[in-house]
Amino acid sequence: MQKTYEEINEKIRRGEAVVVTAEEVIDIVAEKGMEKAAREIDVVTTGTFGPMCSSGAFINFGHSRPRIKMKKVWLNGVEAYSGIAAVDAYIGAAQLPETDPENKVFPGRFTYGGGHVIQDLVAGKDIHLEAIAYGTDCYPNKKVDTVITINDLNEAYLFNPRNAYQNYNCAVNLGDRTLYTYMGILKPNMGNASYSSAGQLSPLMNDPYYKTIGLGTRIFLGGGIGYVTWNGTQHHPNVPRGENGVPLTPAGTLAVIGDLKQMNPYWLVGLSYIGYGATIAVGIGIPIPILNEEILYYTTVKDEDIYCPVVDYFEGYPYGKAIDLGKVNYRDLKSGRVTINGRQVITTPQSSYPRARKIAQTLKEWIQKGTFELTCPVAGIPSAEANIEFKSIPDRSPNGITIKR
Amino acid sequence: MRDKIVCYFSAAQSEQPIIHLLVKNYDLVINILKADINPQKEGYLVVELEGERNKYNEGVDFLKSLGVIVEPLSETVVWQSEICIQCGACASFCPTEALAIDRETMEVSFDNAKCVVCGMCLECCPTRAIQLYFEIKEAVR
Ligand code: SF4
Ligand code: SF4
Repeated sequence: MQKTYEEINEKIRRGEAVVVTAEEVIDIVAEKGMEKAAREIDVVTTGTFGPMCSSGAFINFGHSRPRIKMKKVWLNGVEAYSGIAAVDAYIGAAQLPETDPENKVFPGRFTYGGGHVIQDLVAGKDIHLEAIAYGTDCYPNKKVDTVITINDLNEAYLFNPRNAYQNYNCAVNLGDRTLYTYMGILKPNMGNASYSSAGQLSPLMNDPYYKTIGLGTRIFLGGGIGYVTWNGTQHHPNVPRGENGVPLTPAGTLAVIGDLKQMNPYWLVGLSYIGYGATIAVGIGIPIPILNEEILYYTTVKDEDIYCPVVDYFEGYPYGKAIDLGKVNYRDLKSGRVTINGRQVITTPQSSYPRARKIAQTLKEWIQKGTFELTCPVAGIPSAEANIEFKSIPDRSPNGITIKR
Repeated sequence: MRDKIVCYFSAAQSEQPIIHLLVKNYDLVINILKADINPQKEGYLVVELEGERNKYNEGVDFLKSLGVIVEPLSETVVWQSEICIQCGACASFCPTEALAIDRETMEVSFDNAKCVVCGMCLECCPTRAIQLYFEIKEAVR
């Protein structure tokens, strides 16, 4: 059996497409069998909603009168990168205001950052815009100090270099003091185990070899419509995988894009991680076209068959020490307790499973209503057979090396 | 017994070594949670007192005898469900299951009756959906 994107879209247009979520598909296939279910089901929807630091938005402010070539620009005191054209900037989710006390009084609170700016923009709130410039003949203005909303912007589009991580570490603390990390608070002596994935609902867990997800895939992004534009940064598909094809460590990632003006602050939420920093929770949902049985098979993956490595964040992660703490699966993680080194440990989720479920459900409804059609990727992203080397910053002394500019 | 109280002071009372006397004469363990004493030496102290029941009551009577107004602390944790993103992080820090996850739906709920206002959940919430409120009388400030 083989279906095409066009056949599935034809059914969506007629309002006849059979769409189920990545949770629902598990029981349907168990009941009907792979072959029958593959004929019947057209699309499986996935979802994830969790902190994704590598997120941000490109903005074009339009010009001031007289015109300005912004050298530095701030939104509610949070700097946006302006080393691009005159009134273009990029606001990153993890950026902090210059006045933030950071970790000077440990652990810092990080009450407001780029992620919060993005949420406020999307919510239509007033934003304080400040910019400075050195002035040129073509762009004489040296200062802007005003109030804007998203409606005053020419363009505002989310462009996230790394989202939707395919699997992630389960973080513990083997040390004797509390740790404040991007995985939340980790209590000493393995007092809790923090994890961050929607597991069986997560997009890349359901298409582990990226057979349908590629450049140009239309997705649910931040409550609106977006697209996959590239593999994400740190994309590392050639890692050990289980028999079901699902990576046993963090692996694939996606770069995604979408118009901020049609998104919703419910699905883009600024976050403050104590002792760590500010970031944003991003909602992403990806539809998987059931082109054949093999693709359907991948979507039937269950939490209990997805394993992630347990990593120590006292020394293991920060200092790159290899400490083997084994693996745990997402069924156990979601149950509230896992066994690590023979000990029961309470689990702390970071990614919102109820919201992931709501995304998969919303996307399902959009497709059923015919307002969301599938796109066939124009190019794939590197998969398991790739030969990607995971690099680190080289340790070289700049002394004695002549760097030509 | 252990409880949290608010002590409202006037200038005269804050001249006295009240805390010292409470520890010395009544054997109480005192944890100062919040204090606001203005330059005129008026203000309030939010303290947690711990000790034997008799001693505890005698200590509180002693404070009252000095003219300090002593009231039980009304402190509440408020969970703003419209801000909460249902990540569930807080529930693993809550000792009483006031914040709890329904393992079927993975949804978080808050039961005020079970909350002992220990504050464990406050720091770990990335959306700041959980807030602690102290009720302090404006008039005596
Ligand atoms: S204050 Fe303590 S008891 Fe109350 S909800 Fe938070 S963690 Fe639970
Ligand atoms: S940690 Fe905060 S956002 Fe997460 S479930 Fe608890 S209250 Fe909600």
